[in-house]
Amino acid sequence: MSTVRVKSFGSRAKSIPGMLLHVLLIAIAFIWIYPFLWMISASFKSQDEFFSKGLSLIPSSLDFSNFARAWDAGHFDRYFLNSIVITTAVILIVLFITSTCGYALGRYAFKGKRLVVTVLAASMFVPLEFSIIPIFELIKRLGLMNSLSGIILAESGGGHIVFVLLFAGFFRQVPKELEEAAIMDGCGFLRTFIHIMLPLSKPIVGSAVIMQFIWTWNSFLLPLVLTLSNPDLRTLAVGLYALRGENIVDWTGIAAGGTIALVPIIVVFLLLQRYFVDGMAGAVKG
Amino acid sequence: MENAVLTPESGTAAARTRKKRLRSVQGWCWLFIAPNLIFYAMFQGWPIVINWYYALHDWSGLSSDIQYVGLQNFKDIIHDMYFWKAYANSFKFMLGSVPLLLLLALFIALVLNNPKLRGATVYRTLYFIPVVTTASIVGIIMVYIWGSDGAVNFLLTSAGILKTPVNWLGDANWAMFTVIIIYVWKNLGMNMIYWLAGLQTVPRELYEAARVDGANSLRTFIYITVPQIAPIGLVILLLNIAGSLKVFDLIKTMTEGGPFYATDVVSTYIYRYAFSSEMGLPRMGYASAAGIFFAFTIVLIAILQAWINGRINKSGKGGRIS
Repeated sequence: MSTVRVKSFGSRAKSIPGMLLHVLLIAIAFIWIYPFLWMISASFKSQDEFFSKGLSLIPSSLDFSNFARAWDAGHFDRYFLNSIVITTAVILIVLFITSTCGYALGRYAFKGKRLVVTVLAASMFVPLEFSIIPIFELIKRLGLMNSLSGIILAESGGGHIVFVLLFAGFFRQVPKELEEAAIMDGCGFLRTFIHIMLPLSKPIVGSAVIMQFIWTWNSFLLPLVLTLSNPDLRTLAVGLYALRGENIVDWTGIAAGGTIALVPIIVVFLLLQRYFVDGMAGAVKG
Repeated sequence: MENAVLTPESGTAAARTRKKRLRSVQGWCWLFIAPNLIFYAMFQGWPIVINWYYALHDWSGLSSDIQYVGLQNFKDIIHDMYFWKAYANSFKFMLGSVPLLLLLALFIALVLNNPKLRGATVYRTLYFIPVVTTASIVGIIMVYIWGSDGAVNFLLTSAGILKTPVNWLGDANWAMFTVIIIYVWKNLGMNMIYWLAGLQTVPRELYEAARVDGANSLRTFIYITVPQIAPIGLVILLLNIAGSLKVFDLIKTMTEGGPFYATDVVSTYIYRYAFSSEMGLPRMGYASAAGIFFAFTIVLIAILQAWINGRINKSGKGGRIS
């Protein structure tokens, strides 16, 4: 595809409608990323500069005191660590439960398979606000209200139907010969899965990791509710909301907190976007 | 180790191990499915069951404090004008955002789907960035950007469109409009990807045939593209309806449902009764009942949509029953 684009280099841009189209597309692109540019530049401004030139996108100096304030006084050091621990643990759990489930569903016929797929698919219609009270109670009853593991468990819950279907679709296509060769070599069900199948499914693992990373990192309602009684467990998504509640006028500090929370996810997305976009597109096509 | 035992086996013995293996495969399958099912049961199945129990009780969240009240919670909800306000707002939000989102995203996808367009991948990436960012954080940043000192008012006043800055999120007349615009901004990229995936399923030969027949791009779009992407379009529509009806993060962080409940939707309403201290003691049972009430509406819409979907398929494909 890229070669086609290179060949037509210049042919389109010369025409006036083509130029106008690009002007329009660039204008939209600017509006689409402006809030992030503003946030990052505001996080480097001093309070004085922010009040005199709050809208300029290039700060006159690089003032790191906002980051220091958000990091120490705003407890973003802890929130950042919480976000990383929760996201990593959830990704590992979800990968484990969806790859195994997708493998069994995609590759084998067994009793009750149809029922399992139907039940999992039904979950798409259950909104989180509907289940948030029972989940809150469940975590409380399990005695996990004051630990990160409660949030990790709750975030790992749900049917993960998208990942299960992606894995099932992938494993279905793996040639039977590979599996038979593995059996001849004496691999059982489990070892065939771990040593032969799972390494093959790297593209799906990639999509699942980045999609789950983004969902968990951005999750708000669950961590908000589960950290109401224990601010030490807050994630970044909840932390900035709390910071604003405590200090409504400190916009440079808020911008710094927002930058700490958003820059990692934007960078991860830019590096691995192929996996994410493929996963999303696969979800709607499938 | 094992292959030394397996390879020299005779035919009948191999058949026997094969049978044994098949039976054990059944067990392994269930073992492999079990972890996902357990998580599913805990966090999706159990909530559906226990919600009904909660909804029939008056309950502040402390176990000693629970009292059976029958359908009283549902009766209270039906008589609460604030619930109906939130209920109506949820649909206003959906009807305001979904058509705009779908049409804008389709337009962008059509433009970017042109293989001759330079920089299409760069545009695609930039438009997608808001999708991957944290809604609750974006919401807080937007409070400034749409505030009286923010970029939106600066732009509109310097262009002479506005004489004085408008408090977009703080003005009850404008808050819903503003929240919808920000939601569209946030989710456009995802719908663009959905549409692009749909457009890529259209066979190139169809476009070429249309060109040979002398059809212009508008006619090609109406007679070739639209019928081809309609099935995916329905899926996208359903995803967006479901997504917009459960909006929470943006509204919670931008307006808290205000001003004067102008942007209060069912999810913020439920949150207020179950978890917020501003209403006094939490009313978990009441909030659960509100959730059930609303979930029923969503299920109804899903059934209605499936029915419409079925009718379209039938009429489009000559009475084929799917």
